Amino acid sequence: MKEIIYAINQEFESRVRLGIMSVLMVNDSADFKTLREMLELTDGNLQSHLKGLEKAGYIQVKKKFIDRKPNSNYVATRLGKKAFDDHLKALESYLKKQK
Amino acid sequence: MNEQQQLDELRQIRNLMERSSRFLSLSGLSGILIGIYALIAFGLMVNYLHEHTFDIMSYYQLAFKPNGDTNNAFLHFGIILSGAMVIVSFITAYLFTLRKSKKQGLKSWDKAAERLLLNLLLPLFAGGLFILALLHKLEIGLIAPAMLLFYGLALINASKYTFNDIRYLGVMQIIFGLIGAFHTDLGLILWAAGFGLLHIIYGSWMYFKYER
Repeated sequence: MKEIIYAINQEFESRVRLGIMSVLMVNDSADFKTLREMLELTDGNLQSHLKGLEKAGYIQVKKKFIDRKPNSNYVATRLGKKAFDDHLKALESYLKKQK
Repeated sequence: MNEQQQLDELRQIRNLMERSSRFLSLSGLSGILIGIYALIAFGLMVNYLHEHTFDIMSYYQLAFKPNGDTNNAFLHFGIILSGAMVIVSFITAYLFTLRKSKKQGLKSWDKAAERLLLNLLLPLFAGGLFILALLHKLEIGLIAPAMLLFYGLALINASKYTFNDIRYLGVMQIIFGLIGAFHTDLGLILWAAGFGLLHIIYGSWMYFKYER
């Protein structure tokens, strides 16, 4: 039981972070606007969670300029994908144990 | 975290993954209508054949006059009929899909929609050019099966970006197309079955599964 709780990743405690990772798991990349619309968040809130995930090494930012406006594209790193998978597995096995 | 919260979390993850990668506003109702258009087009073609004392099985022989010349009147009739059917079908699918996404409170044009359309159009575009080649070479009997075949391939290709159900519709269209390629005399009937009946069955299935 203890190790399962440990595997439920602290970085994903926030639903927003889990949401960001969910989108990036099934899309090659997503830009800030897409994430904001998908998750229905304010700029500041989304920005701070993206920073957190970036610091953890789970996502990477690719900055581009489109029509001279900065455009940030986010990609899940291999580490991030693995962490997300492990987190899901932990959630599942936790639920199985409850039954 | 308790069990309910965990379940909610898993549900939310799945929902986000689906919503961000698949376009889920494709309208089943428009599928039914497109099927009806196809049956109307089939009816008009059968009527045209009867007027020229031809039956459905040997329709493609009407492409040539008894003296061996190409029968341009028949070819033009076929081109206009199928062209009109494609245009009206696309407009119908577009309008009903727009209506459905508005009802769902979603943006109708996003990345997912763009990917769906691109992946649907690519095989269709190749198929369109291939059919032009068949027309050019006067292989009239292969045109209806080729339409089924390429449409089926387009559906399978697009199924990764919308409801997975259209994959099975695609497989059925390909089977009908292949049978028609070998049994040219069945081509017109299979075309009506594929574009007409299958669309109506699939559209009703989608309507009752997702829209009711």
